[in-house]
Amino acid sequence: MPDRTEIRFLLNDTEVRLADVAPGDTLLDHLRLARRLTGTKEGCAEGDCGACTVLVGRLREGRLAYEPVNACIRFLASVDLAHVVTVEHLSRPGGALHPVQAAMVANHGSQCGFCTPGIVMALYALWMRHPRPTKAQVETALQGNLCRCTGYGPILAAGMTVSDHGDAAADPLATEREAVAARLAAMDDGAAVSLGAEGHAVLPRDTADLARRYAARPEATLVAGATDVGLWVTKGLRSISPAIFTAHLDDLRAIRRDGDTLRIGANASYADAARPILADYPHLTEYWDRFAGWQVRSMGTLGGNIANGSPIGDMPPVLIALGARLVLRRGDERRTLPLEDFFLDYGRQDRRPGEFVEEIRLPRPNPAHRHGAWKVSKRREEDISAVAAGFRVALDGDRIAEARIAFGGMAATPKRAAAAEAALAGQPFAASSFAAAAARLPDDFAPIDDMRASGGYRMRVAQNLFRRFWLSQAEAAPERA
Amino acid sequence: MKDTGPETGPEAAPDTAFVNIPRAHDSAALHVTGRAEYTDDIPEPAGTLHACLGLAERAHARIASLDLGAVRAAPGVVAVLTAEDVPGENDVSPTGRNDEPVFADGLVQFHGQPVFAVVAETRDAARRAATLAEIAYDDLAPLLDVAAARAAGSAYVTPPLTLRRGAPEAAMARAPRRIAGRIRIGGQDHMYLEGHVALATPGEDGAMHVHSSTQHPSEAQHMVGRVLGLPSAMVTVEVRRMGGGFGGKETQMNLFCAVSALAAARLGRPVKIRPDRDQDMIATGKRHDFDVCYEVGFDDEGRILAVSGDLAARCGWSSDLSGPVTDRALFHADNAYFYPDVELRSHPLKTNTVSNTAFRGFGGPQGVLAAERMIEEIAYALGRDTLEIRRLNFYGGEGRDLTPYHQRVEDNIAPRIVSELEASADYAVRRRAVLDWNAGGGVTGGRVIRKGISLTPVKFGISFTATHFNQAGALVHVYADGSIQLNHGGTEMGQGLHVKVIQVVADAFAVDPDHVRITRTSTGKVPNTSATAASSGSDLNGMAALDACRQIRDRLTAFAARHWSVAEETVAFTPAGVAVGARTVPFPDLVRAAYMERVHLSAAGFYRTPDIHWDREAGKGRPFYYYAYGAACSEVSVDTLTGEYRVERTDILHDAGRSLNPAIDLGQVEGAFVQGMGWLTTEELWWDGDGRLKTHAPSTYKIPLASDRPRVMNVALADWAENPEPTIRRSKAVGEPPFMLAVSVFEALSMAVASVAGYRECPRLDAPATPERVLAAIDRLSGAA
Repeated sequence: MPDRTEIRFLLNDTEVRLADVAPGDTLLDHLRLARRLTGTKEGCAEGDCGACTVLVGRLREGRLAYEPVNACIRFLASVDLAHVVTVEHLSRPGGALHPVQAAMVANHGSQCGFCTPGIVMALYALWMRHPRPTKAQVETALQGNLCRCTGYGPILAAGMTVSDHGDAAADPLATEREAVAARLAAMDDGAAVSLGAEGHAVLPRDTADLARRYAARPEATLVAGATDVGLWVTKGLRSISPAIFTAHLDDLRAIRRDGDTLRIGANASYADAARPILADYPHLTEYWDRFAGWQVRSMGTLGGNIANGSPIGDMPPVLIALGARLVLRRGDERRTLPLEDFFLDYGRQDRRPGEFVEEIRLPRPNPAHRHGAWKVSKRREEDISAVAAGFRVALDGDRIAEARIAFGGMAATPKRAAAAEAALAGQPFAASSFAAAAARLPDDFAPIDDMRASGGYRMRVAQNLFRRFWLSQAEAAPERA
Repeated sequence: MKDTGPETGPEAAPDTAFVNIPRAHDSAALHVTGRAEYTDDIPEPAGTLHACLGLAERAHARIASLDLGAVRAAPGVVAVLTAEDVPGENDVSPTGRNDEPVFADGLVQFHGQPVFAVVAETRDAARRAATLAEIAYDDLAPLLDVAAARAAGSAYVTPPLTLRRGAPEAAMARAPRRIAGRIRIGGQDHMYLEGHVALATPGEDGAMHVHSSTQHPSEAQHMVGRVLGLPSAMVTVEVRRMGGGFGGKETQMNLFCAVSALAAARLGRPVKIRPDRDQDMIATGKRHDFDVCYEVGFDDEGRILAVSGDLAARCGWSSDLSGPVTDRALFHADNAYFYPDVELRSHPLKTNTVSNTAFRGFGGPQGVLAAERMIEEIAYALGRDTLEIRRLNFYGGEGRDLTPYHQRVEDNIAPRIVSELEASADYAVRRRAVLDWNAGGGVTGGRVIRKGISLTPVKFGISFTATHFNQAGALVHVYADGSIQLNHGGTEMGQGLHVKVIQVVADAFAVDPDHVRITRTSTGKVPNTSATAASSGSDLNGMAALDACRQIRDRLTAFAARHWSVAEETVAFTPAGVAVGARTVPFPDLVRAAYMERVHLSAAGFYRTPDIHWDREAGKGRPFYYYAYGAACSEVSVDTLTGEYRVERTDILHDAGRSLNPAIDLGQVEGAFVQGMGWLTTEELWWDGDGRLKTHAPSTYKIPLASDRPRVMNVALADWAENPEPTIRRSKAVGEPPFMLAVSVFEALSMAVASVAGYRECPRLDAPATPERVLAAIDRLSGAA
């Protein structure tokens, strides 16, 4: 089948077909400049404030599901075959307010109003999932939305009471879901997309197709959730052409159990991966809710988080501690390596031209293992860590058989604390062993000062996390406050 | 103008259904539907070009060469502007000190100073072209912070102020106890969600029209006139609403208005400029960071006898508003406390950093924080509850009512507010519980999680300290169909000013507020306005609008009496219609009849705040018309392993006088508190050693999230409060005062830290109390570091 040379998507009620799309064109600019849909705002152009929140609905395995995304860093090409819902779509005949909007007005939830459309969209997405959300659910849903005026109280109240103003089951996105799904399905000719004469923006349809195209054009930029690559464009003004978008690679999103291994497709978003990973490793639950906002967790992928090689990284430190392995693929060649070996140096990973991260493999939890994961940041949620840490301690009776401890924010890459790990091996499972291991940490790391934290604070906190790990264990009960 | 007559008092004006009641923001439905129009949403006129600034990449240097060839040659570029291209004055200094060039003219004074602007067919093209400049610098030594500036004897950007009363040196020498200390107080970025933006359109005969998101259209008008060499009458500036201001768009928008107008005038085409978030944060000013050294003398009971303080501020490269900001810091370094003998000195220091500017509280918060630090010092030194020390030192009682600037505190309700909050927040019981918790813990000694609780008051002076700014105008039209259009000099940035003034106008005519249409603020409708700032918006503009309404109402009354042959005293505007003798005439019918009889149905209103004066040289006067009060009690828990914390509960009781709109005022109180909490906790501005701001976007600069709000929050307005001065409906200003309620969080954190050393030592936390600073204080006090 020849490649399709245009993207097609539903924008609110309207089908849009576009051939003239550059790989770096953002959805937000398209909405505001080309379509004059100015309800969606630009607050930061980096996916941190949520003023540009829109919903993107996509058919997956025949089901249409909507997620909140940051239009500012969402590339236009990637919404091919999606339903893009903006705040304008909530307007009712005769000007009546949508239940989410009515709840916001009733609770005095807007002051300057600039963040408001984005907050309405995030609350809308939440209401469709949870018609009567708890305060904690609303807070979690709004981790990606900043408001500078209200102090959030009225917004939380609005989010909890939307159903007082209408029935989620009667909402058009619920009642018309089949019809919209049918329209999306009808747009899909099954073809891959290649835009521009040179194919500067390509959307392959399956992983084998990706492997083939990427091997042939190893200079291409691979774009998954774009929560990092988006900033290369909006902040760095970099060209990402040619770009290959993973938007249609559902097979690369798959997560499955294979014997004792959890195999996570690199294209799985944080939101996709949460349930299976947290089912095996419930100690990551609190950690999971502390990084990024809902929009970024919906967009960002585990594979992208690893492949981009941030020195901090939300997932790599905890995945390294869990003994994760990485499957890399080029064409039909695959190789597997321990995750920690992938990170070579600052900004440098063990990824060859044309090679991509295909899968992350996690072992099943072992009852003899004790786990811990902590993220320390200036602001509790939606902040890049000063220090991120993963602990896995294997016990042999009342002794420590082996420790795997990895940190982010302590070095140029996510890295294991080799000296501290060695200090624990063979020692009694006791406070004194962890104190002794913590004392070895300066042998492993010499963290730097930057705007997130000083090197001294990073070291001090990393050492204290050894104590935290011990205090989190049942054996430490008498010492715990 | 009319004097404030008895009619403005509560006794003469019975409540209608329209004022002193909660009412939604006039734009609420527009906000939630995305139909509220911000400057960047205005349809661009055909041919609109886009400008982008080119910023200096040195903190202090001479420009050795400026090569803009590649910028000019870039795709889509139409023009490049530098200092040479300014036809009028290359200056946007708001206080006339002529120290703020639009474009650096040879000398670079901070990392991020605008050097040029590029104008292109699209914003994207302009942004890309701006990166292509080749600038060579001859570096000069930069002074980046207060300590460096003081050490180097750096100049003041504006004359300093000293407030003095009594004989502080002698009183300090006699005091049984003395403590000297220092507190460093960080700045704050406004982080309004809508950044700076201006759209200039050239008109006929050299005129210029600018849409801009500014808090101060009149000043923007003057600045555009100054840079273009035009009289003010040739320039019109308009703003419908801002997506947040907080002081950040009081003077800082002048730059963007000037650049867009310069480009539009030069090219004869509309020009828009909307910097990206990073440029916005790098190139525009913030809250002043302060370095305060204090000495306090007190007796064994904790009663303050003498205070001496040096409040040094990082003002940045130009004066901007640093004079009044540092003055206001001194005016609030007493907070709610009487200092028998006192001297306070400001040090507005010049540094090679962005020029700091207005931000909600305007120096007041820094002064209040210094005052509360001194209270903490006394309490920890004496082993007492900080609240006891506070109470002991409140203004009030014989000879204890004079501020360091010689204004008498005559309306003091701080003691009542504090007592009521102490009871409603159950402070004493909860403080005991906090002490008990901290005393508990396992066998290894001490809790890992520590708690703290603090109750702090606020007293905040209302009025611009530059007395001449305390004036306002309004324009009210009644159309022949009975509908009313309202315009006043204030700007709407989310604070609910417009709905309050609508309520005032609706009340004056006793018509439903929905019949009152407010229009964009325009220098063409109301001239010579002051900034919407200093919390003064509804005080000033509400009164000006009322004055306009009264003029029209008086004419209508006279007309009705004449027309229906009744006495004027029998004419009354009521929600049921206008009572004219025995008959009731619907308002639109009266208006129609008046129009037919050629009655003037439009009026310009005016107001000037009475009874205020200030002699800066003498340091004496009555700069404030009245004070607004409030108090907050916050409880926190602190993780002693990481320094991370949570605010568990906050209770607030705040004084908005007789609130014009309690829903709006509660929103101001809660929003200001959370913003203040951000300032004192996670909002950290961080410059590298070269003077480069590294926290210039929300990814690196962390304002509070929904989940940072206190876990439990109880906010109330003092329903008994009433302004003793005849302000509009006896209300009080509310924009800034509650910002300082967040000091309760800071001091609760301090108490949790103090617990690791048995509360024997004042932790001397600096602000913001990031987890890193909290952990450092814990380690210092526990001797672990």
